This record gives sequence, C-alpha cells and structure tokens, in this order.
Amino acid sequence: MIDLEWIKDYIDISDQDLKELAVKITKAGINIEKVITNHIDNLVIGEVVSCEMHPDSDHLHVCLVNIGEEVKQIVCGASNVREGLKVIVALPGAILPGNFEIKKSKIRGVDSNGMLCALYELGLEEKNDETYSKGIYEVYKEAPVGADAMEYLKLDNTLYELDVHKHRNNDCYYHIGFAYEIGAILNRPVTLPDDTTNPIADDIKNHFILNVETDKCPYYLAKMVTDVKIGDSPEFIKRRLMAYGMRSINNVVDISNYVMLEYGQPLHFFDKDTLGDKILVRDAKEGEEIVTLDGKKRVLTSSDIVITDGDKPVCLAGVMGGENTEVTDKTTSILIESAIFDGVSIRNTSSRLDLRSEASIRYGKGLSYEYTLKAIERACHLLEKYAGAKVLSGMVSYDNIDKTPKIVTFKSSEINSLLGITISDEDVKVELNRLGFPFEYHKGEFKATIPARRLDIDPYVNDIAEEVGRLYGYHNLVSTLPSVPIKRGEYAVDIMYRKIISKRLRSLGLNEVKTYTLVSPAMADRFKYEDKKQVILPKPMSVDKSVIRTSLIPSLLKVYEYNHDHKVMDVNIYEIAKTYDDSYNEESKVCMLMSGKYLFNQWHGINIKVDFYVIKGIVQNILDYLGFKNRYTFEKAEIADLHPGICAKVMLDRKMIGVIGKVHPMITKDDIYVAELSLEALMSKVKPIKFKEAPKYPEIVKDMAFIVKDNVTSDEIISVIKKAGGRLLTDVKLFDVYKGEHVSADEKSLAYSLKFSSPDRTLSEEEVMEVFNNIILKVEDKLDAQLRNK
Amino acid sequence: MNLENILKELKDDLNGVSDEHTLSDIKTKYLGKKGQITALYAKMKELNSDEKKSFGAELNSLKDEATKLIDSKKKEIENELLNEKLQNESIDISLQATEIKVGAPSILEKLIEDIEGLLISMGYDVVDGPEIELDKYNFEMLNLPKGHPARDAQDTFYVKGDELLLRSQTSPVQIRSMLAGKGEKPIRMICPGKTYRRDDDDATHSHQFMQIEGLLVDKNISLSDLKGTFDVIAKYLFGDDCETRFRPSYYPFTEPSVEMDISCHHCKGKGCNICKNTGWITVSGGGMVHPKVLENCGYDPKVWSGFAFGFGAERLAMIKYGIDDLRVFYTNDLRESRVFDRKEAN
Repeated sequence: MIDLEWIKDYIDISDQDLKELAVKITKAGINIEKVITNHIDNLVIGEVVSCEMHPDSDHLHVCLVNIGEEVKQIVCGASNVREGLKVIVALPGAILPGNFEIKKSKIRGVDSNGMLCALYELGLEEKNDETYSKGIYEVYKEAPVGADAMEYLKLDNTLYELDVHKHRNNDCYYHIGFAYEIGAILNRPVTLPDDTTNPIADDIKNHFILNVETDKCPYYLAKMVTDVKIGDSPEFIKRRLMAYGMRSINNVVDISNYVMLEYGQPLHFFDKDTLGDKILVRDAKEGEEIVTLDGKKRVLTSSDIVITDGDKPVCLAGVMGGENTEVTDKTTSILIESAIFDGVSIRNTSSRLDLRSEASIRYGKGLSYEYTLKAIERACHLLEKYAGAKVLSGMVSYDNIDKTPKIVTFKSSEINSLLGITISDEDVKVELNRLGFPFEYHKGEFKATIPARRLDIDPYVNDIAEEVGRLYGYHNLVSTLPSVPIKRGEYAVDIMYRKIISKRLRSLGLNEVKTYTLVSPAMADRFKYEDKKQVILPKPMSVDKSVIRTSLIPSLLKVYEYNHDHKVMDVNIYEIAKTYDDSYNEESKVCMLMSGKYLFNQWHGINIKVDFYVIKGIVQNILDYLGFKNRYTFEKAEIADLHPGICAKVMLDRKMIGVIGKVHPMITKDDIYVAELSLEALMSKVKPIKFKEAPKYPEIVKDMAFIVKDNVTSDEIISVIKKAGGRLLTDVKLFDVYKGEHVSADEKSLAYSLKFSSPDRTLSEEEVMEVFNNIILKVEDKLDAQLRNK
Repeated sequence: MNLENILKELKDDLNGVSDEHTLSDIKTKYLGKKGQITALYAKMKELNSDEKKSFGAELNSLKDEATKLIDSKKKEIENELLNEKLQNESIDISLQATEIKVGAPSILEKLIEDIEGLLISMGYDVVDGPEIELDKYNFEMLNLPKGHPARDAQDTFYVKGDELLLRSQTSPVQIRSMLAGKGEKPIRMICPGKTYRRDDDDATHSHQFMQIEGLLVDKNISLSDLKGTFDVIAKYLFGDDCETRFRPSYYPFTEPSVEMDISCHHCKGKGCNICKNTGWITVSGGGMVHPKVLENCGYDPKVWSGFAFGFGAERLAMIKYGIDDLRVFYTNDLRESRVFDRKEAN
C-alpha cells in the first residue's frame, strides 16, 4: 500500500491526476490493483455539548452534538463519550464502508440523527476487541466544529494498492522506493527526507560492544539515544500510519514503523537498560527459547538467527523482538538496530514458527543494504525531534556485505536489437537519467551502475533493455516475425505415434479422456500385471494423490464410474499417458476401456454390445494399422484383476506388449473390458506398404468343421490349416462355433471357410481337393480333431 | 389391304393397356407367327416384283412402327410397375439414424493440437520431455537457484530428495532442447505437456495441468518478434479481430519479461465479467530468454538471442470455449466432451 499524500514528501506530484498516474505506473510494469480514495461524504467534526444516560438503557447515551450550524441529538453507545469531546459525526446520508448508510432513526424510543464514529467504522482500523473497547475516535481539541472530518484529519488521501511481481516486491513496497519509480515515469527528481541530528559528545562505543558470529548477518548497524520521552506521536505520523492500517502506539514505536514504511528497512529498538552493554548476533542453539513481543514462547533451531545480550536471546532476528528488552513507558535509552539478515533463513524461521511480522515479510522478500544506514539516521532524527531524544555520537557496526556495484557495459544497438526498436544514444541517456542509474558514456559505449535498491536488476544488457523498454512502452513495439529460415516443423517420433494412435482410436469410436498421474494407494494396487514397483511421493498433498501410477486402467475405471453414476451407460474411452516405475523409467501406455453398446439402433434391431471380441477387434485394428499384421498374437494368461477366463496377454514378435480382458467381477459387477498396450513397443519398425494385386483367376471357397476338445484354440487350428494349405490357400476365416447336441460336453465344433486361388492360373477342383483333404488330415492328426459331417 | 387401318387398329388395341399380359397378347396378334402383320408377308409372293418392292417397303415400315409402339408401351408398363413397387418401399426418413460414433478428443488435446498445427507450419518442432524431472532442469538452469522466492509460487512435488521432482512447468524441455543443440543449432520448438504443482483442486486450481510453451533461439531475435508471433497465435485462436497487448512482467528465465493479453472476445473490449471490466484477458507470459539461461545451456548471449512464451492449456480452453471450472478437463463427463468431436468455426 502506498500513500500518495506521503509520497509528496519526496517527489512533486501535485499536478498529477492520481488515477491517471496509476494507469501510467501500471503500464510501466508496477501493477496498481486498486486506487483507494478515503473520502466519505456527510462526515463532520462535532462537539458533544451534553451527554446524558439513555432513559431506557444502561449503556447508551443521549448526546447533543454541535456540528457548527446546528445541534443534533445523537444516541451513542461508546463508553468514552462525554461532554466536551470533539468527535467524528456521520450525518444521515453518509455511507460508511460496507455500504452502511446512516439514517435518522429512533433508538429505544429516542430520536437519533447520526452516529459518532470509531476509526474502524470508517475503515481506517481493523475491528477487534481492542479497537472496539477504545470506543469512538477522540479528535484533538483544536479541530474546528463543522469541518469535513476526513479532509481536516487528512485521511481523505489516495492510496495505491499494489500487486507487483516478486522481483519488485522490495523496492516498490516502501514510499521512497516507489517515489523513485514515479520519478522514472515522470522524469522528476526524488528528495530524501531530513536525517540530520545534533549528536552529543558521548559515543555509543563507550556503552556497547557488537559481535557478529553468523554469516547470515552480513551487515549490522546500531546507534543509541538517551533521554527519550515516551508520549504521543505527532499527528502526521499517527495519520499516515493510520491510513496505512497501522495503529499508533507511542512516538517511539511509531517512529520505527514510520521509517520502515519510508525506507523499507525494518528497525528494531531495544530498551538499553534491560539489554545491557553487549550485542552478539549468532545462529540460535538447538532448543534455545525466547519469549517474543507477542508474549509467546518460541523454541528455536540452529537455522534461526538470534540477537543476544552476549548470553540469552533478546530478539529473533528479522522476525520479532524479545519481551525481555521491549521498549516500555519507562524506557529512556534505546539501542536502534538496522541490519541485513539472510532472507531465506528469515523466511524459513517465520514460516516454521507461523510468525509473520512486518519485518519478516520485508526480509523474506530480500532487502538491499542501500538504506540500512539512511534509515537509522532518519530514525535518530525523528527521535530527537519528536521524542526529545539525545543522539549519541558514533555507531557500532559490522560490515561484511558485498557492496560491489553492479555495472553493465552496453551499446544502444544491443538494446535496439533485443527490443526490436530504434532509439538513439541520446534517448538511452535520457532513460538512464530518468531511472536514476548513474552512467558513463564513451564513444557509443555506456557503462551504467545499477542502484543497490534495485535488487531485481542483474548486470546484463537484457535488464537494461527491460527498464528502457517498459518506460518506452511495450504498446509502442511493432509486431514482426523472426527472420529465420523457412522450414516445416515436425513432431518428435513418440508424439507422432501418440497422435496416430489417438486419431485411430477416435475414428474407432473411443473418446479420449485425461486423468491424473497421481493416484491413491488403493488404485495403484490394482492391475499390477507387470513386475513393477511404484514411486510413492515422500510428501504428498493427500493420500489419494500419493502414488505415481504404472497403469492407466484404474484411472479409466474411475472415469467409467463417474459416467455410469451419471447415467452414461456406453463408455468407450482411451487415454495415452506416461507412467513411471520406482527406478523412474518412463513408459507411455495406451489404455482402452469399453463398456455398454458399441453400435446401436434399437428400433432397427441393431445392437452390438461391447464384449471381448469387440475390444479385441479394436486392438487388432490398431496393430494392423501400425503395420504389425501377422506379427502379434493373443495368449491366454492369468492377469491381475482381470476375469481369469476372459483375458490375454498381447504379444508382438513373441514379446508381451500389453494386456486385454474383462475386468474381474470382484472389482465390478458391470461388464467392462479393458486393454493396455505399451506405446514404446508399438513404435518398433515395420516394412513399407507394398501393392498386392487382387486374384485374377477365380477363387474357390470350401468349408470345413472340426470337433475338438475345449482346450484347443482356434488360433491353433488356423495355424495348422495355414501350414498345411500352403501357397494355394489364401484365406481362412472362422464362421461358426458350436456346442450342444451331437457334440460332447467337453468338446466344441469350429467351422472354417477357406479360400484357394493361384496368381497364374485357374485351379482345378482336383488340385484344390488334394490340398483340402491334406489339411483335414493334418488338423485331425495334430489336434486330435474330428471332421464334422454336416 | 390397308396398312394404315392395321396401324390404327393396333393403336386402338394399345390404348388403355396397363398389364404385360394383355400387351403380350397384342404383340402376338400383330407380330406373332400368325399375326396380322406377319401374315401380310405371306401375301408378298402373290405380287409382281415392282409391287413387291413398294409393298415390301411399306410393310417393313409398318412392322417397325408396330414394334416401336409395342416396345414403348412395354417400357411404360414397366415404369409404372417399378414406380408402384418403389412407392411401396417408401420409408419414414424421420426415424432415428444408426449413429456412427467417432470418439471425441480431450478438450485440452484438441486445443493443443490446433496450436501445434499452426506452429508446425511456422517451423516449430513439437517435442516432449520427462514428467519426472531433475531439479536442475526444472529450476536451477532456468535461473531459479535453491532458495529463490519464485520457487515458492511453484510449490513442487518432490519425488526423491531435492533432486527429482514432478515437473512444475514444461520449461525443462526447453533446457533439454538447448542442451541438445549444443550452442550451435538454432532452436524452434514447442513442448506441450503435463505439469504438477501442490495446489488443491478447485474451480481455478489443479494439482495437474497442461502448459504449452514455445522457444525460439536464433540470431537477431527481438521482443517485437515475440509480439508478432503472439499476434499470429492469438488471431488464429480467437479470430482476426483479436487485438493483443504486452505488459511488463517478471519471470526468472526471461529478461525482459512480458505478460501477453488479448482483447476480450466476449465483450469486444467494452468490459464484462470475463475480462473483469478491463477489456483485456491475460493468456500468456514470456519474454527474451535470460542471458544466464542461454549461458547455462551453452549458447553465447553475445551471439544468440531468443524468446520463450507459455500458455496454460486449461486457461486457454476455458476462455475459448466458455468453461468456468477447471475440473471439467479431468472429470471426463462424456456428455460434455462429445461436443468437441467437430471442427472449429471458420
């Protein structure tokens, strides 16, 4: 939050329309999310001229309030309302935050023509027990009755609520840093506030020794003041803190907050008398304890940083002070700390202890050393001026911070070619001046120094280009296309296969789905048909997403269930996704799930339901399409979580590439068929397509049927038929399977249709019969089959 | 013998005939073995040669005419029969068709494939990388060293210690591509794929989501080139009247960094809920590849420059198709996804 009234202390923006300025700033890269104007109409300063108890209440008062032109009767419940008090009066018509409109009313029978306000009711403070018990806001005595309250109290200022990217989180979140940003945009100078003091002869070194024993504190400055008189803050400090949403505590505490909001540098004030004469900054000891300012006991670990009095911790560095050295009403001497601590360490401490403070937030974002010294001097100045403090000479310091300036050497042509614009050396000079980046220029070469406050800028020409570009305005960039050679891009091979198979499956009627890689242990436990172990996340978000899957089948079953629950009965789906085993080996899998109807038109008598042979057809179609005809087989096997009688391994070149089958009835009562293939296996090499002429000479078709034992498979029979049929046999098709009358219980009848032809002549009946009879003999012989006579 | 009369008689006979049987009788009556016209041929031998000649010609012409009349009547009857038959075969064409179902693509894959198609035509290769990725590629080489505050925003699923993770962005694929290019080959690629972050699943968050990132590294590449490229993509996805704008932004792996907005296609810039009354919708982020990243991957930033951009596939799809809950993409309600089995509007 940035207070534009406050900003005026450092840069002249009196001529600016603050809404337009917000747009300019946003365009240049600092996103102003909201422009807040605190003005509320019908809010005036009034004086309570009489205050009596409400006749019908034990806590309400009936007040007569002078608002200048008239006196209003107002009922007020605050405990601090009293005669003579100056107050903020909300008159009928005032709309308070929360769209609360003040209206004339009767409160327990007494007319009330307005409301006396507490700050939280005006949105200037958080409503809590403490602010509530404080009652209505007590305006100082000098305030003129009848004046516009917000204006008179200077609370009707404009605030910018920022939403900036992390990299500008530090320098744009304090007023002086933001003033520099406005300065760059408007090309105006920034003036830093007064930080002069009149130190007394006594030197801090007579009172304090500083030691730093951790590399997480590269920079530590301390100054000391005495004779401090704790009291109220000056109005401008109170007001500004209030507008920012911070409550005024007392002049000393307020000054430390005020300077932090000016310079972004958190300060810590120790009560010198309770602190003693020593400061030692070190890593905390494991299990060490400190009671922080909020009264809570904190147990530390060795990754925390503590400020100690040489022995016990007195402050959890960068996060919160210790109760034992807190500044109180009785404090007279103060040791002021202004330091740089390691941001990562502060972030970790703060998040581990769940303790976020204004200081920890700022350290966590990363803090520049640029204003560490300025801030401590400014604090001394304000303490001297507003708390009667005497500032001791000198300073104790530990300075091990890398202050090597970031310098970039570049030519304007480099900026031009990065941005695709044309600006001259002179333009670049103007931009650098606006940014407040000191530079040298020699024969077309710039040597710019980046101010330390700009932690986001690295010493690269790209960073300068970005600064120049955002001020130049990205809306001024023209659209060009890269001048690169013309070529056609291509899919990587594995993606190409994914696309080919995906398209094919869709054309076969399967819908593509997308499911989660992370599954529950229960899901991961299903369909473990491979000898694979799974990766279990060491720190999952929840148990149901804790295992990296090795099979997609459980995920597709979940999709099935969802659809089934929503009365979608025909679920034909597929997914192609990566899987990983516990050695992090990657395997992409093609998974299909089919259930319900495949082709259907009830009134027309068409009803092809999904069964094993439909999904087998889909798998065959894919395999044939990929060029694997005659290279694959389906081998009956026992496969985890599939129906033991209705499943098979899919083999390609005699290697298993996947599974197919019906989901085990123990898992679901529904008829669901699944298949899963390894995509990698489907990528093996195939022969080019070759033209094959259709038979020129007549084909002769002959049927034969065999009775065989149940355990003889059709594949086995076909294989014998093909071998015996030789070159003249061009096709074999199963056309009937029969069990029942005339066939014994453990046997079945299989009927085949055989096609014979020759590419160079018409076959004679005798020729074909010879082959035909030979086939019958071979099948009978090898498979213990028996030709079935019709 | 008056041939004219025979013809007239035939015409009278044919008149009103509507069945093949009667027609066949008529044919026999005139052209059969004992038919009237056939009989006239027998009379030829009684004529002298001159008479024969002229009578013969007349008779032939009569026979031709008679045949023609009968044949044409035959056609007529056949046509009528056929028409009658076809009338009887008439069906109710309003009855429900046998649905030939082709599967629908995943909404995300459809969108990704559209963008791939465009970028392939612009010379970009489509590549992929592992989803279990090295911290080094996912963060460190992208200028996100350990402890970098921007890592917090991408709260990550670590798989093993702090070295292996489920990639929180597809940018590591860019690193892999540049490493493969060995600082010598120009790069033009996109890498759509799954990514993972520790977010609770709700209408706007998902622990698993998809990114579409692109990278171009060559010589003399500028931010204006990224603007032009983004323009092409935006217009391709949202129509020719789609306007674009760049805003300054920050990413650790690009410098300068930009956020890329499109004009709100819903309200045409007037302001609505979708664009939060700004007239603009942010759809992408990108910028010039950070010199440190180029260096990390062996490309000399003095010689090479490039841009990178990234889209969230879910976000694009939500904007393009008017989807307001991110979970839709992973619920796979077939009643919703079936709609996507069609081509885009032209």
